[in-house]
Amino acid sequence: MTESLFAVVTTRHAYVLFVLLSAIGLYMMIANEHLVKKIIGLNMFQTGVFLFFIASAYRVGGSAPIVEAGNGPYVSPLPHVIVLTAIVVGVSLTAVGLALSIRLYSEYGTLRADALREVIGDE
Amino acid sequence: MSDAVLPLLIALPLLAATLPLLAGLWFENAGWPVAMTTSLLVSALAGWLTWTVSPWGTTGSQRLVHDLAGYPAPYGIELVGDGLSAIFALLIAVVAVAVLVYGRTTGPQTDAFYSGYLLLTGGLLGMALTGDLFNLFVFLEIVGLVSYALIASNDDGQAAYGALKYLFLGTTGASLYLIGVGYAFVATGTLNMRDMAIELAAVGYTDPLVQAAFGFVLVGFMLKIAIFPLHTWQPDAYTHAPDTVTAYIAALVSTTAAYALIRIAYGVFTVQFFAANPLITDAVLLVASVSIVVGSLLALLQTDIKRVFAYSSVAQFGMILAAIALQSETALFGAVIHLVGHGLMKAALFTGAGVLNSAYGARTVADYAGLAKRAPITSGMMAITGLALVGIPPSVGTLGKWFIALGAV
Repeated sequence: MTESLFAVVTTRHAYVLFVLLSAIGLYMMIANEHLVKKIIGLNMFQTGVFLFFIASAYRVGGSAPIVEAGNGPYVSPLPHVIVLTAIVVGVSLTAVGLALSIRLYSEYGTLRADALREVIGDE
Repeated sequence: MSDAVLPLLIALPLLAATLPLLAGLWFENAGWPVAMTTSLLVSALAGWLTWTVSPWGTTGSQRLVHDLAGYPAPYGIELVGDGLSAIFALLIAVVAVAVLVYGRTTGPQTDAFYSGYLLLTGGLLGMALTGDLFNLFVFLEIVGLVSYALIASNDDGQAAYGALKYLFLGTTGASLYLIGVGYAFVATGTLNMRDMAIELAAVGYTDPLVQAAFGFVLVGFMLKIAIFPLHTWQPDAYTHAPDTVTAYIAALVSTTAAYALIRIAYGVFTVQFFAANPLITDAVLLVASVSIVVGSLLALLQTDIKRVFAYSSVAQFGMILAAIALQSETALFGAVIHLVGHGLMKAALFTGAGVLNSAYGARTVADYAGLAKRAPITSGMMAITGLALVGIPPSVGTLGKWFIALGAV
């Protein structure tokens, strides 16, 4: 058991990091009452997902995927493209989230979710 | 040549979305005519697409496929127009026109609103027509982003709060879907839906990686569709959004997400996946059943009329999720009918509620007492639509629920 756990940590550390980053980000988004920190948590969660995609593209001894005769093996280029697109999506989400936070702050004078719930009378 | 209609359906509203803002520099109130012209064009294209892929059309119930930028299927992104996606494209286009007619007098009259409206239409059509899993994620996020912005376009802080809540939950849902797609991609090495269906069968449906992929995709979509324990964003977002936006989003956004779930569950994971994993199937059925009961109970407890309709959506989508897990052709047929019917009925109910709100300031159930005397036509139509939603025959609500129930026994 400990041996296999050791093997996982040493050879699959990128995947372990993906789970850790995502879980910490998700927990931060749920548990922290500060809106900006919630957005940071969301970003961390997404970054974890990006790490998973990048790690899945890796091959031992693979070179950059610029095809020349007899220069293989290459790392998979598809996950890189996916992550690039997902980063763009993540950035625009952050922008919208921060813009909404600014509006909430100018309206209610606070960025804390618990205070906002109290003012608005949620649920 | 006829497959060019597929990219046109998506590109037309996305490109036209820039026009209201541009035209706003020179003309006043240019937004509505631009949005209306585009929506009518899109409706005509969607109608033509539906006719073409129908059994009476020129291709004779064949699927239309368009490879974007000319890259062939498993490598490039393909757009697919088949019977299922054409119906939803038509639904999106028709509801877009209908809600715009209502928005002429009520809606936020800014150019930015109409730009957002067209962007949302384009994103929804993209979700309906794409045949690629990652492309679906991109359109899912376009729809999400524009929904957050449109919900927040109402002029009070509560709308911004509702939109931010939706943003947190919606983004988490989309990211979970992305993790699911990543797992499936690692298992099979492809992102094309049809290709992945073949590869997944080769990997084996009881492979833990495949099971985890389905789990993430399912939970992600449950957040987007608003199934019971994950529905908390929906009432706030629907209640505080402008009436036009509520009608449009309530009718289409969850509906299209549910369509995407049907497509992935049956087009990618296929019915053998459900047969091979009885535990997953039972869990989905259980969650769906709880969602039906609790959604209806919560709807009963509300006083605000828009909240009542929002919780009713939670119950209706529980029914559709149950139909997905039943793995019966009859139930799936019922689910598609109910999805389309529910979209039309919710659009009608929310526009009705919007009319009564702007004309008489009626927002709660108590305010509705005696309104039938003052607004007989609107109240009458809302009553009829409400009865249809309940499932009183002869209505589309009955038809969908009848087939779902028939598939369940």
